[in-house]
Amino acid sequence: MKNLFKSNMSIMLVFSAIVLTAPIWLTPLGANYPDLLQKFAIFGLFAVGYNILFGLTGYLSFGHAAFLGVGSYTAVWSLKLLSMNVFLGIILGTIMSGIFALAIGYLSLRRSGIYFSILTLAFAQMAYSLAYSVLTPITNGETGLQIAANDPRYLDSLVGISQQGQGIPSTNFFGVLLKSWDGYFGFYFAAVILILGFYLSLRVFRSPFGLKLRAIKSNQTRMTYTGFNTRPYLLSAFVISGMYAGLAGSLMVAIDPLAGAERMQWTASGEVVLMTILGGVGTLIGPMLGAVVIKYFENIFSALNNSELHQVFNFLPSFLEETMVFIVSPFVGSGWHLTLGALFMLVVIFLPGGMMEGVTKINSFLKRKFGKTDAEESDVSIQQEVQAKAQQGGE
Amino acid sequence: MTNILEIKGVNKTFGGLHALRDVNLEIYEGETHAIIGPNGAGKSTLLNCCIGKLIPDDGSVTFNGNNMIGVDAHDINHAGMVRVFQTPEIFPELSLLENVLIPALAKRDGTFKFNPFGDIFNEKEIREEAMATLAEFGLEGFSEDHAGSMSRGNKRRLELAMGLIQKPKLLLLDEPTAGMARLDTNNTIDLLKTGKMREMTKVIIEHDMHVVFSLADRISVLARGHIIATGSPEEIKNDPKVKEAYLGEGDHE
Repeated sequence: MKNLFKSNMSIMLVFSAIVLTAPIWLTPLGANYPDLLQKFAIFGLFAVGYNILFGLTGYLSFGHAAFLGVGSYTAVWSLKLLSMNVFLGIILGTIMSGIFALAIGYLSLRRSGIYFSILTLAFAQMAYSLAYSVLTPITNGETGLQIAANDPRYLDSLVGISQQGQGIPSTNFFGVLLKSWDGYFGFYFAAVILILGFYLSLRVFRSPFGLKLRAIKSNQTRMTYTGFNTRPYLLSAFVISGMYAGLAGSLMVAIDPLAGAERMQWTASGEVVLMTILGGVGTLIGPMLGAVVIKYFENIFSALNNSELHQVFNFLPSFLEETMVFIVSPFVGSGWHLTLGALFMLVVIFLPGGMMEGVTKINSFLKRKFGKTDAEESDVSIQQEVQAKAQQGGE
Repeated sequence: MTNILEIKGVNKTFGGLHALRDVNLEIYEGETHAIIGPNGAGKSTLLNCCIGKLIPDDGSVTFNGNNMIGVDAHDINHAGMVRVFQTPEIFPELSLLENVLIPALAKRDGTFKFNPFGDIFNEKEIREEAMATLAEFGLEGFSEDHAGSMSRGNKRRLELAMGLIQKPKLLLLDEPTAGMARLDTNNTIDLLKTGKMREMTKVIIEHDMHVVFSLADRISVLARGHIIATGSPEEIKNDPKVKEAYLGEGDHE
């Protein structure tokens, strides 16, 4: 069907447009600075990849942060030993985490359900502890692995690029420094990789391979009696999502060249689970959305303080202003986890399909209410379009 | 007559329970063979020993000349022995069309194929085949609906469609009409008697004597894990041992 190729195209066009214009439309939300935008893109990529495992096969891994960490460490070593060009580091980081995912997946996928989750959790915690203790020569333990001015960088010196004596060099992508354009180059670099990663996930969702993964989620026993060997399917999905995590980890390094063990801790693995569930498990856009919301809360809400709250509510009479600030203040600043927790509970209780389910509901409500949507509501209709496509792919 | 499935001296115990004792059975190519017996006679156990879900304690199961004991379930499927389940085992979250696409893909792709760049919407041939199969079972109108939302009767029909699309050499049907109303039962009998289903070699496990006698070419009677008689429907009807063990108990439903 030709129109489906078209719709693939239109999803990608809409998605790319939204991602690439993020610095503009996130301005009113106060989230348009490169540091946060990069986080959106990188964690979005992490969640999009994680969704290929959790969303399609239903296998809940609690150890994906380990692959993120492996990607980060590999990328830093590539910056130290080979070249300050992040291209190589990203490739190597992705490959290395793929190898790790292959090994861990091979063992963990002998079990399913809660046992699988526990196995992945155990492996990730092992990786975390190793990075802190035994593997200190590789990971530099608590301090974290950093680049230094006098690192060998054999590949760079081979080509004749020498940054010795100029202090700690900056990462570049074929000569363009990642921190150029006031840091926006780093964001656009991550954004382009996110778009490519999203496209790949779209293809996987719509492929026969993706359909088989969804069938495994639906009824794995039946798959066996239908003539499928489910283990290699699960392992492929596991490795693909592990490589996405490694890619995200090495992107972090590309932008900020250091890697610490805390990146592999189970809380980091839990975070990507939260992102995926919050946004909508098994939908195309959902995990990306969840990643943005969580990172937004983490960075914006945590930065609010009482005087800023007073500013927000200063249109109210002063006693009401005091009351509102009193009520709201525990939910911001260091209490931002409270807001996130409350939001998470609300979503899981009322929208078990995640925020994407909310979008679908609003969508059908609007359709019922107004018939066809006006051209004025172009925002909504774009969302609808994306949603409809996501549904087609995600169902 | 050539044998397609040969079961020889199969025993299976669960703890102290002797579920199957020395079962011998031959299924001829092209026939519809019914296995009947009271509840707990070991009918489902026998089926499970054929498709790799259970491994018999001893004896042999030979399909098309190949040993089937210890072979993985997915390989047994590809050998051409396909089972339709008693409680519908479908993919509830997928659409009916996708439910039928899956076994069709199994037939085409084998036990494993890594094709993450194909487009399921572009697989014209296999989609048409799936739609045609759905149509054969009167399900074409529901092709985009979730299988989980179907009525029990439609789920069973979907199960049959999923079995049929793989063009099996031998179809094992575990109580295809269990829990169906009379009208649905008669519809199912008609389905199994007509078209492609008719020529297919089938083993039917069934409680319902009406179904058995309308479909079966030969019947085997299983009682307490042992086959006490095998023969044509007429022979079975008049066999005194069978009357005593099974039909005599008044279960003519």
